[in-house]
Amino acid sequence: MIDSVVIPLLKIVILLNAVLLTVTYMTLLERKVIAWVQSRLGPMRVGPYGALQPIADAVKLLLKEDITPTRADKWVFTAAPIIALVPALIVFAVIPFGPAANLFGKTVPLYIADINVGLLYIVSVASIGVYGLILAGYASNSKYPLLASLRASAQLISYEVAVTMTLVSLILMAGTLSMVGIIEAQREAGVWFFFVQPVAFVIFFIGGLAETNRAPFDLPEAEQELTGGFHTEYSGMRFALFFLAEYANMIVVSSVATTLFFGGWLRPFPNVAALSFLDIIPGWIWFLLKTFVFLYLFLWIRATLPRYRYDQLMRLGWKVLIPLAIANVIVTAGAKVFL
Amino acid sequence: MADEKPHAGQPSPPQEEAAASAGPAAPKPANPAAAKAAAGPAPGHGPAPPSGPTDPPPPAGTQVPAFIEALQAAFPGAIEQVSFWVGDWTVIVSADRLIDVAVHLRDTPGAKFDYLSDVTASDWPPRAKRFDVVYCLFSTTRRERVRVKVRAGDGDPVPSVTAIWPAANWLEREVWDLFGVNFTGHPDRRRILMPDEWQGHPQRKDYPLEGPGELLMENPLDWLRLRVAQDTADIE
Amino acid sequence: MTTTPQPMFDTDELVINMGPQHPSTHGVLRVVLRLDGERVVGSDVVIGYLHRGIEKLCESRDWTQIILLTDRMDYVAAATNNLGYCETVEKMMQLEVPRRAHYVRTILAELQRIASHCLWLGTHAMDIGAMTVFLYAFRERELILDLFEEYCGARLTYNSMRIGGLPLDIPPGWDRKVREFCGLMEEKVGEYEELLTHNRIWLERTKGVGVISGPEAVAIGLSGPALRGSGVAKDCRKDEPYAAYSEFEFDVAVGLAGDTYDRYLCRLEEFRQSLRIIRQAVDGLPEGPIVGKVPRLIKPPAGETYHAIESPKGEIGYFIVADGKTSAPYRFRVRPPSFCNLQALPRLIKGHFVADVVALIGSIDIVLGEVDR
Repeated sequence: MIDSVVIPLLKIVILLNAVLLTVTYMTLLERKVIAWVQSRLGPMRVGPYGALQPIADAVKLLLKEDITPTRADKWVFTAAPIIALVPALIVFAVIPFGPAANLFGKTVPLYIADINVGLLYIVSVASIGVYGLILAGYASNSKYPLLASLRASAQLISYEVAVTMTLVSLILMAGTLSMVGIIEAQREAGVWFFFVQPVAFVIFFIGGLAETNRAPFDLPEAEQELTGGFHTEYSGMRFALFFLAEYANMIVVSSVATTLFFGGWLRPFPNVAALSFLDIIPGWIWFLLKTFVFLYLFLWIRATLPRYRYDQLMRLGWKVLIPLAIANVIVTAGAKVFL
Repeated sequence: MADEKPHAGQPSPPQEEAAASAGPAAPKPANPAAAKAAAGPAPGHGPAPPSGPTDPPPPAGTQVPAFIEALQAAFPGAIEQVSFWVGDWTVIVSADRLIDVAVHLRDTPGAKFDYLSDVTASDWPPRAKRFDVVYCLFSTTRRERVRVKVRAGDGDPVPSVTAIWPAANWLEREVWDLFGVNFTGHPDRRRILMPDEWQGHPQRKDYPLEGPGELLMENPLDWLRLRVAQDTADIE
Repeated sequence: MTTTPQPMFDTDELVINMGPQHPSTHGVLRVVLRLDGERVVGSDVVIGYLHRGIEKLCESRDWTQIILLTDRMDYVAAATNNLGYCETVEKMMQLEVPRRAHYVRTILAELQRIASHCLWLGTHAMDIGAMTVFLYAFRERELILDLFEEYCGARLTYNSMRIGGLPLDIPPGWDRKVREFCGLMEEKVGEYEELLTHNRIWLERTKGVGVISGPEAVAIGLSGPALRGSGVAKDCRKDEPYAAYSEFEFDVAVGLAGDTYDRYLCRLEEFRQSLRIIRQAVDGLPEGPIVGKVPRLIKPPAGETYHAIESPKGEIGYFIVADGKTSAPYRFRVRPPSFCNLQALPRLIKGHFVADVVALIGSIDIVLGEVDR
């Protein structure tokens, strides 16, 4: 009973809280990192060095007036942010944070579930999040959010294809769809898949930027030219839910990149005995470190690069990344068969 | 800066319009207290306002530039006066010959004034033809400047040079907006700086500096309603 | 995106308003766009929200008081406005301005050019999405504003020139600080180039956007870097030298393609040329009086003139009519470069995407204070 109900429930509770807290503090991290790049300080007033800023933001958003446009479709309007956020959170069920650890005399794997179609689960659930955007624009009953949300969803769907293609080549390398299985495959091969599939990594990362509506692909949301994009009509906590969804998606993309390309919880050079002193650092710390590096990369890119125009974005997705990804799959398959 | 304020309700504008269109005879607007724009410290009993620009002729011995002589040769009756002051040449033409002169100045090899720097006007109310419309031209190849002036009365048609120099489009709109010079053939005769439904031409000498006061805002609420209706119509 | 002769669907044009309050229109500018899908089919630019009647105000202000009002037109490049006005009045009065005053005026004008271009670069880059350049450019602009503050006490509206010269001589050590600033700025311009000039996204967003040919640009009245980007080498500093420009060696940046990228490169090169001029001016600063022989009561003789100088935005011209009797101008007219450049906007954005409209407004570099006066 304990093993099958209590422990998973505990894991879910811990993970959910951890994710939501991380997502909240990601907002602060973003503001701080971007500020430091721009030679200024970022939030400094609320709490020591601005550490309580996200709490202040959360309180503010909870206390804001909840406006619903009169002619908006009420149920869909309310459901849209939920549809955007929930898939981003439930994806964490299959992300492997660490190998089996010894807690209170029990060996507990540091992930909620290891299903043998883990990667498929991630891709399909993450795609449901797109519905949240479309429904938000539709339910707002206003020209500009509708246009912006259609644009955003077209962007997401296009880059989804490229990303999925790279995952296919990854699956060919690992031979399994299970996330834990992929990490094991990297350990057996003795090399992180990044070194074997660099092109796939680049495509995956760029696609990840586009999937999460991050710069330089943030035209749908940094829509200064028209309005605030699909979340124009949202205020208060509903607006916050969209942003939580975006940051949660960022963490998902980073975790998946870590797992697939950088060995998940494996230490560098996992099979080299000479470096076994590094084993004192537990696997989940390696995992978190690597994920953090990717999150930092997201922020760094946002601070540095200008924004793509919508047609250039679509051209990049369809005419460059998808052919590259398909070519990558073919080359990988060929290599697997003949080598 | 002793500008006396017009009292609200004083019937200054109709009087000033009448004075402006009556033109030559009255050297000053009838109501001295409402005469704002004529400058400075002179109260109602100062010197008479100037009746026109000086337009001094070139001093004896100054070589008139070749393109002006070519212009005079090409259009014998068009040029009313040639003026020279502190190094600037000005050619004063009549309004009906303006287009010919403009095309000549733009196209002939010795002139090639392809750049229209500015179109502006000055208001000399005592004169019959109260407006002096000034065109400042520049040649990018020859690096020379010349000014062309046209004298026009209130409502007199001045042909628009927008077809010759597209730069004149907004510049002439501004002169129309602020002075009321009648440019014929202009593609877009709308006010540019003042709101669309403004009445009066603010840069004229008989227009008070503080604005028309309550006379324009007869019923401010109606005016506001009109603006709101127009704005929403624009956006939708 | 395609213009098929027989569209499959019934489509309407969408009319969108980029309202007076907008983060990207650099002031209160209203652009009404007619869109066919994503492309701009037609547009109408509405200005006048910042019209303060400066021209009419100046008709009742003393000649020296007007210098204050000229600051407030192009408030980003106030010293240039001051300079243009003072030079016009000096031309009318045929006043002799001492050489030292010419040199200091040139230094101030070129510092102002760099400050204005810093602001342009920051806002233009930010509109296209590169937020960081905004902060970097403003950091340098702060240094220039500090120099100005040390000279005349103000950071934005300087009132820094007088008819016949300057109100104050430069404070001790100021020229050394200007020299240090030049060295620092040279590096920083390199930094901006590194971030943007060869950045693939920047190139895609600016190359081929808003192309206008040289003759067309001349006909439509563009001036300044917007005109020079199209290959026309018109620069008042070279064509009709004023202040001390005839004594300095500098080049004028001229573009080739007439698109946003070339205008960007022109302005970037102007940074470097301005630094070159400032260095020469500071090195060769002559001794002498800072203001010429000016009568106590400034009263130009009756007459009218037009005088133009090169402001960072383009050709700023003053058409002043004096009637010789009153202590204020009879007619005071400013030919604002931003007004004439903005006229080209409908022509430039036609056929482009909505995202390019913001890039083009930034590329033309307008200041609404000058457009509306």
